[in-house]
Amino acid sequence: MADALILARALADPQSLALDTDWTGLVTMARAEQLLGTLAWRLDGLPLPEDVAVLLADARAAAENGRRAALWEAEMARRALAPLGCPVVLLKGTAFAAAGLSAARGRSIGDLDILVPRASLDAVEAALLAAGWEWVKPDPYDDAYYRRWMHELPPLIHRDRDRMIDVHHTILPLTARVTPDAAALLADARALGNGLSVLSPEGMIVHAAAHLFADGDLAGGLRNLWDIHCLLCEGLEDDPDFALSVIEEAARHQLDAATALALRLTHQMFGTPVKSYTHPARLDLKPRPLDRLYRRRLLARDDWGRPTRPFTRFAFYVRSHWLRMPPAMLARHLWTKWRRG
Amino acid sequence: MRHVFCVRIGPIGFRVGSDWRAPIDALSDLYRYYPAPNLPDFTVRLEATRPWRRWIRPSIAIAGDYTLPEAAPLPLAQGLLAAEMAMNLQLALGGRRYLLLHASCVERDGQAVLMTGESGAGKSTLATLLAAKGWRFMGDEFALIDPDTGLVHAFPRLISLKNAGIAAALAARPDARFGPLLKDTPKGDIRHMVPDALSVGAMDEPARPALLLYPHYGAASETRGVPASESFVRLTQASTNYVAMGEAGFGALARLVRETPAHAIDYPDGAAAVAQVEALWRTR
Repeated sequence: MADALILARALADPQSLALDTDWTGLVTMARAEQLLGTLAWRLDGLPLPEDVAVLLADARAAAENGRRAALWEAEMARRALAPLGCPVVLLKGTAFAAAGLSAARGRSIGDLDILVPRASLDAVEAALLAAGWEWVKPDPYDDAYYRRWMHELPPLIHRDRDRMIDVHHTILPLTARVTPDAAALLADARALGNGLSVLSPEGMIVHAAAHLFADGDLAGGLRNLWDIHCLLCEGLEDDPDFALSVIEEAARHQLDAATALALRLTHQMFGTPVKSYTHPARLDLKPRPLDRLYRRRLLARDDWGRPTRPFTRFAFYVRSHWLRMPPAMLARHLWTKWRRG
Repeated sequence: MRHVFCVRIGPIGFRVGSDWRAPIDALSDLYRYYPAPNLPDFTVRLEATRPWRRWIRPSIAIAGDYTLPEAAPLPLAQGLLAAEMAMNLQLALGGRRYLLLHASCVERDGQAVLMTGESGAGKSTLATLLAAKGWRFMGDEFALIDPDTGLVHAFPRLISLKNAGIAAALAARPDARFGPLLKDTPKGDIRHMVPDALSVGAMDEPARPALLLYPHYGAASETRGVPASESFVRLTQASTNYVAMGEAGFGALARLVRETPAHAIDYPDGAAAVAQVEALWRTR
């Protein structure tokens, strides 16, 4: 059965695409993985069948509109939060776009994600509510759960622009076994010059790895891994030993395992030019037995855009909850959710 | 998927996959004079809601590139409706090349009349009646406005007739081909009509928008001019991708309302409406 390997190859090495490529399958897969705009940029300028070129030009234009809308949303948040004087760090897609990074090329950007100091959380919430953002989750259990255990406020949506904002105070749920140093991430953030900032280049990769391998069930994971590939490539241009700084940064946040996994997989799947180290920090790029399982999950998509490999998917879903909270708490949480339907 | 059908409707190509043969057979029959796309723009999947629902009380989940989480499944007997709804949904949510207006559209001498209004305003019926009078039918669901040229492109998918509209269309076009009567769908009784040969044969020819009409069924005949500003607001409501299109969408819509005279027409019956449209056409 087809999987998304053809998509991963097309992203990593566009020249390798044969003339008899199943373009329909490739486009459908890329769309389902939210990577169509990215693919469109990777294939820009290559000789392509005319219909493919037209469709990909549309995708590039759509991504450009999306980028503009995402930056505008960041500007709206900046205006709402400026009077507070607290640092506001953009995360994920909006950060890549605001910092002009190659990971943003063609990337679809959904919600606006920001990181603020935990001490400013109440003030940030009040300022956003005053500026037209409203609660999405009316359920009191969910609301209380978010506030007590999550790394972010319950999602807010803007009543006029219909755009969601996720306000983080750290990068992993408080229930996770790993505790990243949010204060250090904030302290190392790079100012953009307009009152907003983005994480350090190393911090961006560690955050992306944490999000991908230490938190969720790898849904949309191929795109997140592609982000990591792009961020690494850009860092390696400036500093051939950039991967070492990344590993050192990861260790500060107890995220060395997740980050090393990210580096191994992006090396295996996208050919990212990182190399192994033994000193001063350790990074071993040799594939490990479990890497295959991650690849299976990341590529579980067929040429009709359907999710495939239900057992692998379910296993990662269970894993995500296992990582997210201790067993007794997980049992209580699932029991409450189940009772409430 | 097990059963596949590809079709191009105007500039938009679709690939429809299905767990069952019946919906694909119905599509292949009704779309038999339409071309196949080189590369489908969108993929539609008609999937069993649960694996066993392929055989036991078959139930179709509408899926594809774009999915609405709240979309209700349909019984297999309404497979054609499911396919049509899914194709519309892909274009409505994913279309970015053209500004999409919920409107029916007819053409004469390279100039187009766009008719838009709430469901039940009679835009489909009106387009069908005008087509019976020799106008070229360009579509009854979406008018596709090209932001570069300002031209409207045809999207002549099957005409979805509802309830009383079915008898009216049968009377107006006794020679036309019709799909099966689908009873008790979420939208009432539905029957699909194949657009005429002129409509399908000329579907690659765009037209210059010449009249914007806001029909309203069920009142005495009356026609009044609509200012461009009001048209603009009405059409932002009638567009599924105005916001997503960004600046190109704004440019296309602003140009459309600036260059195209607009009228609201109240009408008591189809014959009166056709007369009103043709009167406006002569004085445009």
